[in-house]
Amino acid sequence: MPKYLLLKHYRGGPDQHRPYPPMDQWDPADVEAHRAFQHHVIELLEERGEYVDARALTPSRTWVRYGGPDAAPVTTDGPHPETSDLVAGWLMIDVESHERAVEVAAHVSSEPGPGGEPLYEWIDVREVMWERPQTTDAV
Amino acid sequence: MIGEPSLDEGALRALVPRVLAGLVRRGEDFDAAEDALQEALLEALRVWPEHPPDDPRAWLTSVATRRLVDARRSEAARARREETVQAEPPPGAAEEHDDTLFLLFRCCHPDLAPASQVALTLRAVGGLTTREIADAFYVPEATMAQRISRAKRALRGRRLDRPGDLAVVLRVLYLVYTAGHAGRVDLAREAIRLARQLTLATDEPEARGLLALLLLSHARLPARFDSEGRIVTLDRQDRSLWDAREIVEGVRVLQSALAVGRPGRYQIEAAIAALHDDAASAEETDWPQILAWYDDLLALSDDPVRRDPAAVLGRAVAVGHVLGAAAGLDETDRLREVLGERHRWHAVRGHLHELGGDLAAAADDYAEAARRATSVAERDHLIRRAARARAGG
Repeated sequence: MPKYLLLKHYRGGPDQHRPYPPMDQWDPADVEAHRAFQHHVIELLEERGEYVDARALTPSRTWVRYGGPDAAPVTTDGPHPETSDLVAGWLMIDVESHERAVEVAAHVSSEPGPGGEPLYEWIDVREVMWERPQTTDAV
Repeated sequence: MIGEPSLDEGALRALVPRVLAGLVRRGEDFDAAEDALQEALLEALRVWPEHPPDDPRAWLTSVATRRLVDARRSEAARARREETVQAEPPPGAAEEHDDTLFLLFRCCHPDLAPASQVALTLRAVGGLTTREIADAFYVPEATMAQRISRAKRALRGRRLDRPGDLAVVLRVLYLVYTAGHAGRVDLAREAIRLARQLTLATDEPEARGLLALLLLSHARLPARFDSEGRIVTLDRQDRSLWDAREIVEGVRVLQSALAVGRPGRYQIEAAIAALHDDAASAEETDWPQILAWYDDLLALSDDPVRRDPAAVLGRAVAVGHVLGAAAGLDETDRLREVLGERHRWHAVRGHLHELGGDLAAAADDYAEAARRATSVAERDHLIRRAARARAGG
Protein backbone atom coordinates (compact mmCIF):
# COMPACT_ATOMS: atom_id res chain seq x y z
CA MET A 1 0.00 0.00 0.00
CA PRO A 2 1.64 3.24 -1.09
CA LYS A 3 1.21 6.43 0.93
CA TYR A 4 0.38 9.73 -0.68
CA LEU A 5 0.61 13.29 0.52
CA LEU A 6 -2.23 15.47 -0.73
CA LEU A 7 -0.93 19.03 -0.54
CA LYS A 8 -3.14 22.09 -0.37
CA HIS A 9 -1.63 25.43 -1.28
CA TYR A 10 -2.27 29.00 -0.18
CA ARG A 11 -0.90 29.95 -3.56
CA GLY A 12 1.02 28.49 -6.48
CA GLY A 13 0.14 25.66 -8.82
CA PRO A 14 -2.02 25.84 -11.94
CA ASP A 15 -4.40 28.79 -12.41
CA GLN A 16 -7.54 28.53 -10.31
CA HIS A 17 -10.25 26.72 -12.22
CA ARG A 18 -12.87 29.09 -10.80
CA PRO A 19 -11.34 32.00 -8.93
CA TYR A 20 -12.79 32.58 -5.46
CA PRO A 21 -12.20 35.25 -2.81
CA PRO A 22 -10.17 34.55 0.34
CA MET A 23 -12.10 32.73 3.03
CA ASP A 24 -12.43 35.75 5.34
CA GLN A 25 -14.73 37.27 2.73
CA TRP A 26 -17.09 34.28 2.58
CA ASP A 27 -20.51 34.07 4.15
CA PRO A 28 -19.98 32.57 7.66
CA ALA A 29 -22.33 29.70 6.84
CA ASP A 30 -20.17 28.82 3.83
CA VAL A 31 -17.09 28.77 6.05
CA GLU A 32 -18.86 26.37 8.41
CA ALA A 33 -19.92 24.14 5.52
CA HIS A 34 -16.36 24.11 4.22
CA ARG A 35 -14.97 23.05 7.61
CA ALA A 36 -17.68 20.45 8.09
CA PHE A 37 -16.83 18.95 4.72
CA GLN A 38 -13.15 18.67 5.64
CA HIS A 39 -14.02 16.89 8.89
CA HIS A 40 -16.29 14.61 6.95
CA VAL A 41 -13.51 13.72 4.49
CA ILE A 42 -11.24 12.72 7.36
CA GLU A 43 -13.98 10.67 9.01
CA LEU A 44 -14.61 8.90 5.74
CA LEU A 45 -10.92 8.09 5.28
CA GLU A 46 -10.68 6.87 8.87
CA GLU A 47 -13.69 4.69 8.35
CA ARG A 48 -12.13 3.15 5.24
CA GLY A 49 -8.83 2.54 7.00
CA GLU A 50 -6.94 4.92 4.71
CA TYR A 51 -6.22 7.85 7.02
CA VAL A 52 -2.68 8.54 8.22
CA ASP A 53 -2.38 12.20 9.09
CA ALA A 54 -3.71 15.69 8.39
CA ARG A 55 -2.05 19.00 9.26
CA ALA A 56 -2.44 22.65 8.47
CA LEU A 57 0.44 25.11 8.21
CA THR A 58 0.44 28.80 9.08
CA PRO A 59 1.14 31.03 6.08
CA SER A 60 4.14 32.68 7.73
CA ARG A 61 7.38 31.47 6.28
CA THR A 62 11.04 31.84 7.17
CA TRP A 63 13.75 30.79 4.76
CA VAL A 64 16.91 29.74 6.55
CA ARG A 65 20.35 28.83 5.33
CA TYR A 66 23.75 28.10 6.77
CA GLY A 67 25.60 31.38 7.25
CA GLY A 68 29.09 29.97 6.85
CA PRO A 69 31.73 29.16 9.47
CA ASP A 70 31.31 31.12 12.73
CA ALA A 71 28.40 33.08 11.30
CA ALA A 72 24.78 33.15 12.38
CA PRO A 73 22.19 31.42 10.18
CA VAL A 74 20.92 33.67 7.44
CA THR A 75 17.15 34.10 7.49
CA THR A 76 14.65 35.88 5.36
CA ASP A 77 11.10 36.44 6.52
CA GLY A 78 9.89 37.98 3.32
CA PRO A 79 8.16 39.57 1.65
CA HIS A 80 8.27 36.72 -0.84
CA PRO A 81 7.16 36.99 -4.44
CA GLU A 82 3.43 36.33 -4.80
CA THR A 83 4.17 33.74 -7.45
CA SER A 84 6.06 31.37 -5.15
CA ASP A 85 4.33 28.20 -3.94
CA LEU A 86 3.05 28.30 -0.39
CA VAL A 87 1.85 25.05 1.11
CA ALA A 88 -1.22 25.37 3.36
CA GLY A 89 -1.37 21.85 4.73
CA TRP A 90 -1.53 18.20 3.92
CA LEU A 91 -3.52 15.05 4.18
CA MET A 92 -1.58 11.81 4.24
CA ILE A 93 -3.35 8.64 3.11
CA ASP A 94 -2.44 4.98 2.78
CA VAL A 95 -4.26 3.56 -0.23
CA GLU A 96 -4.32 0.69 -2.70
CA SER A 97 -3.22 2.63 -5.73
CA HIS A 98 -2.39 5.92 -7.38
CA GLU A 99 -5.88 5.87 -8.89
CA ARG A 100 -7.42 5.82 -5.43
CA ALA A 101 -5.18 8.72 -4.34
CA VAL A 102 -6.40 10.75 -7.33
CA GLU A 103 -9.99 9.89 -6.43
CA VAL A 104 -9.50 11.12 -2.86
CA ALA A 105 -7.80 14.31 -4.09
CA ALA A 106 -10.67 15.03 -6.46
CA HIS A 107 -13.11 14.57 -3.59
CA VAL A 108 -11.09 16.95 -1.41
CA SER A 109 -11.07 19.44 -4.28
CA SER A 110 -14.88 19.34 -4.50
CA GLU A 111 -15.11 20.99 -1.04
CA PRO A 112 -17.81 23.64 -0.90
CA GLY A 113 -16.81 27.29 -1.33
CA PRO A 114 -18.86 30.48 -1.52
CA GLY A 115 -22.54 29.76 -2.07
CA GLY A 116 -21.87 26.05 -1.52
CA GLU A 117 -20.37 25.70 -4.98
CA PRO A 118 -17.38 23.33 -5.34
CA LEU A 119 -14.04 25.09 -5.02
CA TYR A 120 -12.32 23.07 -7.76
CA GLU A 121 -9.11 23.67 -5.81
CA TRP A 122 -5.94 22.13 -7.28
CA ILE A 123 -4.52 19.41 -5.03
CA ASP A 124 -0.88 18.40 -5.39
CA VAL A 125 -0.68 14.57 -5.14
CA ARG A 126 2.75 13.26 -4.14
CA GLU A 127 3.83 9.68 -3.46
CA VAL A 128 5.73 9.12 -0.22
CA MET A 129 8.90 7.05 -0.61
CA TRP A 130 9.54 3.97 1.49
CA GLU A 131 12.75 3.83 3.46
CA ARG A 132 13.61 0.43 2.06
CA PRO A 133 12.50 -1.31 -1.11
CA GLN A 134 9.29 -3.29 -0.86
CA THR A 135 10.50 -5.90 -3.26
CA THR A 136 13.34 -8.15 -2.30
CA ASP A 137 15.39 -8.46 -5.45
CA ALA A 138 17.62 -5.66 -6.59
CA VAL A 139 19.45 -5.06 -9.83
CA MET B 1 7.11 -8.81 24.98
CA ILE B 2 10.58 -7.39 24.63
CA GLY B 3 12.44 -7.41 27.93
CA GLU B 4 10.08 -9.91 29.48
CA PRO B 5 11.55 -13.29 28.69
CA SER B 6 9.06 -15.07 30.97
CA LEU B 7 6.46 -14.81 28.19
CA ASP B 8 6.91 -16.90 25.05
CA GLU B 9 5.18 -14.55 22.66
CA GLY B 10 5.66 -16.86 19.69
CA ALA B 11 3.90 -19.71 21.43
CA LEU B 12 1.09 -17.38 22.47
CA ARG B 13 0.59 -16.17 18.91
CA ALA B 14 0.61 -19.70 17.55
CA LEU B 15 -2.39 -20.42 19.77
CA VAL B 16 -4.48 -17.64 18.26
CA PRO B 17 -5.67 -19.41 15.09
CA ARG B 18 -6.39 -22.61 17.03
CA VAL B 19 -8.47 -20.85 19.66
CA LEU B 20 -10.25 -18.75 17.03
CA ALA B 21 -11.10 -21.76 14.89
CA GLY B 22 -12.35 -23.51 18.00
CA LEU B 23 -14.68 -20.64 18.82
CA VAL B 24 -16.02 -20.46 15.29
CA ARG B 25 -16.58 -24.21 15.10
CA ARG B 26 -18.47 -23.99 18.36
CA GLY B 27 -20.89 -21.72 16.53
CA GLU B 28 -19.60 -18.24 17.36
CA ASP B 29 -19.73 -15.56 14.71
CA PHE B 30 -16.26 -15.14 13.10
CA ASP B 31 -16.31 -11.35 13.36
CA ALA B 32 -17.26 -11.21 17.05
CA ALA B 33 -15.01 -14.13 17.99
CA GLU B 34 -12.02 -12.53 16.32
CA ASP B 35 -12.62 -9.26 18.18
CA ALA B 36 -13.06 -11.09 21.49
CA LEU B 37 -9.89 -13.09 20.96
CA GLN B 38 -7.92 -9.95 20.12
CA GLU B 39 -8.99 -8.55 23.50
CA ALA B 40 -8.04 -11.80 25.21
CA LEU B 41 -4.65 -11.66 23.48
CA LEU B 42 -3.99 -8.13 24.73
CA GLU B 43 -4.96 -9.22 28.22
CA ALA B 44 -2.66 -12.24 27.97
CA LEU B 45 0.25 -9.98 26.98
CA ARG B 46 -0.51 -7.87 30.06
CA VAL B 47 -1.19 -10.60 32.61
CA TRP B 48 0.87 -13.64 31.65
CA PRO B 49 4.34 -12.30 32.41
CA GLU B 50 3.27 -12.08 36.10
CA HIS B 51 0.75 -14.89 36.22
CA PRO B 52 1.43 -17.53 33.58
CA PRO B 53 -1.59 -19.80 33.05
CA ASP B 54 -1.51 -23.59 33.49
CA ASP B 55 -3.29 -24.16 30.20
CA PRO B 56 -2.73 -21.17 27.87
CA ARG B 57 -5.18 -22.37 25.27
CA ALA B 58 -7.98 -22.87 27.76
CA TRP B 59 -7.19 -19.48 29.31
CA LEU B 60 -7.49 -17.68 25.96
CA THR B 61 -10.67 -19.56 25.12
CA SER B 62 -12.37 -18.76 28.38
CA VAL B 63 -11.38 -15.07 28.40
CA ALA B 64 -12.51 -14.69 24.79
CA THR B 65 -15.76 -16.46 25.63
CA ARG B 66 -16.37 -14.13 28.54
CA ARG B 67 -15.86 -11.17 26.20
CA LEU B 68 -18.29 -12.68 23.72
CA VAL B 69 -20.91 -13.09 26.43
CA ASP B 70 -20.40 -9.49 27.53
CA ALA B 71 -20.67 -8.27 23.96
CA ARG B 72 -23.81 -10.28 23.38
CA ARG B 73 -25.41 -8.93 26.53
CA SER B 74 -24.90 -5.34 25.49
CA GLU B 75 -26.09 -6.15 22.02
CA ALA B 76 -29.17 -7.93 23.29
CA ALA B 77 -30.50 -4.61 24.51
CA ARG B 78 -30.42 -3.42 20.94
CA ALA B 79 -31.85 -6.42 19.19
CA ARG B 80 -32.69 -9.94 20.15
CA ARG B 81 -31.50 -12.22 17.45
CA GLU B 82 -29.99 -15.66 17.37
CA GLU B 83 -29.85 -16.47 13.69
CA THR B 84 -26.09 -16.07 13.31
CA VAL B 85 -25.41 -19.46 14.79
CA GLN B 86 -26.60 -21.86 12.12
CA ALA B 87 -24.63 -20.35 9.22
CA GLU B 88 -21.41 -21.86 10.55
CA PRO B 89 -20.32 -25.45 9.96
CA PRO B 90 -21.22 -27.90 12.71
CA PRO B 91 -18.62 -28.36 15.42
CA GLY B 92 -16.47 -31.43 15.07
CA ALA B 93 -13.17 -32.91 16.12
CA ALA B 94 -11.33 -30.93 13.49
CA GLU B 95 -7.63 -31.09 12.93
CA GLU B 96 -5.52 -28.11 13.84
CA HIS B 97 -4.19 -27.95 10.25
CA ASP B 98 -7.68 -27.76 8.84
CA ASP B 99 -8.24 -24.86 11.21
CA THR B 100 -5.30 -22.96 9.73
CA LEU B 101 -6.50 -23.55 6.20
CA PHE B 102 -10.07 -22.68 7.11
CA LEU B 103 -9.00 -19.37 8.66
CA LEU B 104 -6.64 -18.51 5.81
CA PHE B 105 -9.38 -19.02 3.26
CA ARG B 106 -11.65 -16.86 5.38
CA CYS B 107 -9.13 -14.01 5.78
CA CYS B 108 -7.99 -14.17 2.14
CA HIS B 109 -11.49 -14.04 0.71
CA PRO B 110 -11.19 -12.98 -2.94
CA ASP B 111 -13.73 -10.18 -2.44
CA LEU B 112 -11.43 -8.32 -0.01
CA ALA B 113 -8.82 -5.79 -1.10
CA PRO B 114 -5.22 -7.06 -0.75
CA ALA B 115 -4.43 -4.69 2.14
CA SER B 116 -7.46 -5.98 4.04
CA GLN B 117 -6.55 -9.62 3.36
CA VAL B 118 -3.06 -8.99 4.67
CA ALA B 119 -4.21 -7.19 7.82
CA LEU B 120 -6.88 -9.72 8.68
CA THR B 121 -4.53 -12.67 8.08
CA LEU B 122 -1.87 -11.18 10.33
CA ARG B 123 -4.37 -10.70 13.14
CA ALA B 124 -6.57 -13.80 12.93
CA VAL B 125 -3.94 -16.33 11.81
CA GLY B 126 -0.68 -14.64 12.74
CA GLY B 127 -1.89 -13.64 16.19
CA LEU B 128 -0.47 -10.12 15.93
CA THR B 129 -2.03 -7.21 17.74
CA THR B 130 -3.62 -4.37 15.80
CA ARG B 131 -0.87 -2.12 17.12
CA GLU B 132 1.88 -4.35 15.75
CA ILE B 133 0.25 -4.54 12.33
CA ALA B 134 -0.23 -0.77 12.28
CA ASP B 135 3.44 -0.24 13.17
CA ALA B 136 4.57 -2.59 10.45
CA PHE B 137 2.68 -0.58 7.83
CA TYR B 138 3.32 2.87 9.35
CA VAL B 139 -0.31 3.80 9.83
CA PRO B 140 -2.14 4.88 13.00
CA GLU B 141 -3.55 2.06 15.11
CA ALA B 142 -7.10 3.42 14.65
CA THR B 143 -6.69 3.25 10.87
CA MET B 144 -5.57 -0.37 11.01
CA ALA B 145 -8.41 -1.23 13.40
CA GLN B 146 -10.86 0.29 10.94
CA ARG B 147 -9.32 -1.60 8.03
CA ILE B 148 -9.75 -4.88 9.89
CA SER B 149 -13.29 -4.31 11.10
CA ARG B 150 -14.29 -3.08 7.66
CA ALA B 151 -12.88 -6.26 6.11
CA LYS B 152 -14.80 -8.37 8.59
CA ARG B 153 -17.98 -6.43 7.88
CA ALA B 154 -17.51 -7.21 4.19
CA LEU B 155 -17.31 -10.91 5.07
CA ARG B 156 -20.36 -10.90 7.30
CA GLY B 157 -23.10 -13.22 6.23
CA ARG B 158 -20.97 -15.06 3.70
CA ARG B 159 -21.12 -18.81 3.88
CA LEU B 160 -17.99 -20.66 4.83
CA ASP B 161 -18.63 -23.96 3.16
CA ARG B 162 -17.27 -22.88 -0.21
CA PRO B 163 -13.74 -24.11 -0.89
CA GLY B 164 -11.29 -21.22 -0.66
CA ASP B 165 -8.96 -19.96 -3.33
CA LEU B 166 -5.45 -21.20 -2.54
CA ALA B 167 -3.90 -18.94 -5.18
CA VAL B 168 -5.18 -15.89 -3.28
CA VAL B 169 -3.83 -17.23 0.03
CA LEU B 170 -0.41 -17.72 -1.58
CA ARG B 171 -0.43 -14.21 -2.99
CA VAL B 172 -1.39 -12.72 0.38
CA LEU B 173 1.45 -14.56 2.15
CA TYR B 174 3.84 -13.35 -0.56
CA LEU B 175 2.58 -9.78 0.01
CA VAL B 176 3.21 -10.14 3.74
CA TYR B 177 6.75 -11.25 2.92
CA THR B 178 7.52 -8.38 0.54
CA ALA B 179 6.13 -5.84 3.01
CA GLY B 180 9.42 -6.52 4.69
CA HIS B 181 10.85 -6.24 8.12
CA ALA B 182 10.13 -2.71 9.25
CA GLY B 183 9.10 -1.93 12.79
CA ARG B 184 9.07 -4.29 15.73
CA VAL B 185 7.52 -7.17 13.82
CA ASP B 186 9.52 -8.98 11.18
CA LEU B 187 6.86 -9.56 8.55
CA ALA B 188 9.23 -11.56 6.34
CA ARG B 189 9.68 -14.10 9.13
CA GLU B 190 5.99 -14.01 9.85
CA ALA B 191 5.24 -14.86 6.21
CA ILE B 192 7.63 -17.80 6.37
CA ARG B 193 5.98 -19.04 9.57
CA LEU B 194 2.52 -18.82 7.98
CA ALA B 195 3.69 -20.46 4.75
CA ARG B 196 5.16 -23.30 6.78
CA GLN B 197 1.84 -23.75 8.58
CA LEU B 198 0.10 -23.78 5.20
CA THR B 199 2.33 -26.56 3.88
CA LEU B 200 1.27 -28.67 6.86
CA ALA B 201 -2.36 -28.07 5.96
CA THR B 202 -2.27 -28.80 2.23
CA ASP B 203 -0.30 -31.07 -0.12
CA GLU B 204 -0.61 -28.58 -2.97
CA PRO B 205 2.94 -28.26 -4.41
CA GLU B 206 2.57 -24.52 -4.98
CA ALA B 207 2.26 -24.00 -1.22
CA ARG B 208 5.63 -25.71 -0.81
CA GLY B 209 6.88 -23.71 -3.80
CA LEU B 210 6.01 -20.50 -1.99
CA LEU B 211 7.68 -21.63 1.24
CA ALA B 212 10.80 -22.58 -0.73
CA LEU B 213 10.83 -19.23 -2.53
CA LEU B 214 10.54 -17.31 0.73
CA LEU B 215 13.29 -19.34 2.40
CA LEU B 216 15.66 -19.11 -0.56
CA SER B 217 15.12 -15.37 -0.82
CA HIS B 218 15.22 -14.70 2.92
CA ALA B 219 18.53 -16.58 3.13
CA ARG B 220 20.21 -13.73 1.25
CA LEU B 221 18.75 -10.99 3.43
CA PRO B 222 21.80 -10.63 5.73
CA ALA B 223 23.92 -9.74 2.68
CA ARG B 224 21.40 -7.49 0.99
CA PHE B 225 22.24 -4.32 2.93
CA ASP B 226 25.60 -3.18 4.22
CA SER B 227 26.23 -1.79 7.71
CA GLU B 228 25.16 1.66 6.52
CA GLY B 229 21.87 0.32 5.19
CA ARG B 230 22.98 0.63 1.58
CA ILE B 231 21.63 -1.87 -0.95
CA VAL B 232 24.13 -4.51 -2.07
CA THR B 233 23.12 -6.18 -5.32
CA LEU B 234 23.30 -9.94 -5.81
CA ASP B 235 26.51 -9.81 -7.86
CA ARG B 236 28.34 -7.94 -5.08
CA GLN B 237 26.96 -9.71 -2.02
CA ASP B 238 29.22 -11.41 0.49
CA ARG B 239 27.91 -14.93 -0.01
CA SER B 240 29.38 -16.14 3.27
CA LEU B 241 26.67 -14.07 4.97
CA TRP B 242 23.88 -16.07 3.34
CA ASP B 243 21.91 -18.31 5.70
CA ALA B 244 23.06 -21.79 4.68
CA ARG B 245 20.44 -23.49 6.86
CA GLU B 246 17.59 -21.67 5.13
CA ILE B 247 19.06 -22.52 1.73
CA VAL B 248 19.26 -26.21 2.60
CA GLU B 249 15.69 -26.24 3.86
CA GLY B 250 14.48 -24.22 0.86
CA VAL B 251 16.09 -26.59 -1.62
CA ARG B 252 14.68 -29.62 0.20
CA VAL B 253 11.15 -28.15 0.23
CA LEU B 254 11.46 -27.19 -3.43
CA GLN B 255 12.59 -30.67 -4.47
CA SER B 256 9.66 -32.29 -2.70
CA ALA B 257 7.31 -29.87 -4.49
CA LEU B 258 8.83 -30.40 -7.94
CA ALA B 259 8.65 -34.17 -7.44
CA VAL B 260 4.86 -33.92 -7.60
CA GLY B 261 5.19 -32.91 -11.24
CA ARG B 262 2.79 -29.97 -11.18
CA PRO B 263 5.04 -26.91 -11.49
CA GLY B 264 3.62 -23.43 -10.94
CA ARG B 265 4.92 -19.90 -10.62
CA TYR B 266 6.16 -20.17 -7.04
CA GLN B 267 8.01 -23.42 -7.66
CA ILE B 268 9.64 -21.91 -10.74
CA GLU B 269 10.62 -18.70 -8.98
CA ALA B 270 12.00 -20.80 -6.13
CA ALA B 271 14.04 -22.81 -8.65
CA ILE B 272 15.52 -19.58 -10.01
CA ALA B 273 16.30 -18.40 -6.47
CA ALA B 274 17.90 -21.78 -5.73
CA LEU B 275 20.22 -21.44 -8.73
CA HIS B 276 21.40 -18.04 -7.50
CA ASP B 277 21.87 -19.40 -3.99
CA ASP B 278 23.78 -22.36 -5.36
CA ALA B 279 26.50 -20.30 -7.08
CA ALA B 280 29.67 -19.89 -5.04
CA SER B 281 30.33 -16.59 -6.82
CA ALA B 282 28.39 -14.33 -9.18
CA GLU B 283 30.58 -15.54 -12.09
CA GLU B 284 29.57 -19.14 -11.44
CA THR B 285 25.84 -18.40 -11.75
CA ASP B 286 24.19 -20.90 -14.08
CA TRP B 287 22.48 -18.34 -16.30
CA PRO B 288 21.48 -20.79 -19.09
CA GLN B 289 19.51 -22.84 -16.59
CA ILE B 290 17.99 -19.71 -15.05
CA LEU B 291 16.92 -18.63 -18.54
CA ALA B 292 15.32 -22.04 -19.10
CA TRP B 293 13.27 -21.63 -15.90
CA TYR B 294 12.22 -18.14 -17.00
CA ASP B 295 11.01 -19.64 -20.28
CA ASP B 296 8.84 -21.99 -18.24
CA LEU B 297 7.61 -19.11 -16.12
CA LEU B 298 6.57 -17.09 -19.16
CA ALA B 299 4.89 -20.14 -20.66
CA LEU B 300 2.41 -20.14 -17.75
CA SER B 301 0.69 -17.09 -19.22
CA ASP B 302 -0.68 -16.53 -22.72
CA ASP B 303 0.22 -12.83 -22.51
CA PRO B 304 3.23 -12.54 -20.21
CA VAL B 305 4.08 -8.97 -21.24
CA ARG B 306 0.77 -7.73 -19.89
CA ARG B 307 0.02 -10.29 -17.19
CA ASP B 308 3.45 -10.92 -15.75
CA PRO B 309 5.80 -8.12 -16.87
CA ALA B 310 8.07 -8.66 -13.85
CA ALA B 311 8.84 -12.16 -15.10
CA VAL B 312 9.57 -10.87 -18.61
CA LEU B 313 11.91 -8.27 -17.11
CA GLY B 314 13.68 -10.91 -15.02
CA ARG B 315 14.07 -13.02 -18.12
CA ALA B 316 15.60 -10.08 -20.00
CA VAL B 317 18.42 -10.00 -17.44
CA ALA B 318 19.01 -13.72 -17.96
CA VAL B 319 18.95 -13.24 -21.74
CA GLY B 320 21.57 -10.51 -21.34
CA HIS B 321 23.85 -12.85 -19.42
CA VAL B 322 23.38 -15.79 -21.80
CA LEU B 323 23.05 -14.18 -25.23
CA GLY B 324 24.64 -10.79 -24.68
CA ALA B 325 23.59 -7.33 -23.53
CA ALA B 326 22.08 -6.32 -26.87
CA ALA B 327 19.74 -9.32 -26.86
CA GLY B 328 18.71 -8.51 -23.30
CA LEU B 329 17.99 -4.90 -24.21
CA ASP B 330 15.87 -6.08 -27.15
CA GLU B 331 13.83 -8.12 -24.67
CA THR B 332 13.19 -5.07 -22.51
CA ASP B 333 11.91 -3.16 -25.55
CA ARG B 334 8.67 -5.08 -25.64
CA LEU B 335 8.00 -4.00 -22.05
CA ARG B 336 8.42 -0.31 -22.73
CA GLU B 337 4.70 0.32 -22.99
CA VAL B 338 3.85 -1.61 -19.82
CA LEU B 339 6.80 -0.87 -17.54
CA GLY B 340 8.41 2.19 -19.14
CA GLU B 341 7.29 4.40 -16.27
CA ARG B 342 8.74 2.13 -13.58
CA HIS B 343 12.17 2.50 -12.09
CA ARG B 344 12.89 -1.25 -12.34
CA TRP B 345 12.66 -1.17 -16.12
CA HIS B 346 15.23 1.62 -16.35
CA ALA B 347 17.44 -0.03 -13.72
CA VAL B 348 17.51 -3.29 -15.69
CA ARG B 349 18.40 -1.43 -18.87
CA GLY B 350 21.18 0.33 -17.00
CA HIS B 351 22.46 -3.03 -15.80
CA LEU B 352 22.37 -4.46 -19.33
CA HIS B 353 24.12 -1.42 -20.81
CA GLU B 354 26.78 -1.77 -18.13
CA LEU B 355 27.11 -5.47 -18.99
CA GLY B 356 27.65 -4.50 -22.63
CA GLY B 357 30.27 -1.90 -21.70
CA ASP B 358 28.21 1.16 -22.66
CA LEU B 359 28.75 3.11 -19.45
CA ALA B 360 27.38 6.42 -20.73
CA ALA B 361 24.04 4.81 -21.61
CA ALA B 362 24.08 2.90 -18.32
CA ALA B 363 24.55 6.12 -16.36
CA ASP B 364 21.61 7.75 -18.12
CA ASP B 365 19.37 4.76 -17.43
CA TYR B 366 20.34 4.60 -13.76
CA ALA B 367 19.73 8.32 -13.37
CA GLU B 368 16.31 7.92 -14.98
CA ALA B 369 15.58 4.96 -12.69
CA ALA B 370 16.62 7.00 -9.64
CA ARG B 371 14.11 9.71 -10.56
CA ARG B 372 11.34 7.09 -10.51
CA ALA B 373 12.39 5.07 -7.48
CA THR B 374 9.77 4.58 -4.76
CA SER B 375 12.13 4.01 -1.86
CA VAL B 376 14.95 6.08 -0.47
CA ALA B 377 17.33 3.12 -0.38
CA GLU B 378 16.75 2.31 -4.05
CA ARG B 379 17.01 5.93 -5.12
CA ASP B 380 20.33 6.33 -3.34
CA HIS B 381 21.57 3.04 -4.75
CA LEU B 382 20.65 4.05 -8.31
CA ILE B 383 22.23 7.46 -7.94
CA ARG B 384 25.47 5.78 -6.80
CA ARG B 385 25.38 3.43 -9.77
CA ALA B 386 24.82 6.31 -12.14
CA ALA B 387 27.71 8.22 -10.59
CA ARG B 388 29.95 5.16 -10.74
CA ALA B 389 29.11 4.53 -14.39
CA ARG B 390 29.82 8.18 -15.26
CA ALA B 391 33.14 7.94 -13.47
CA GLY B 392 34.04 5.01 -15.73
CA GLY B 393 32.80 2.00 -13.71
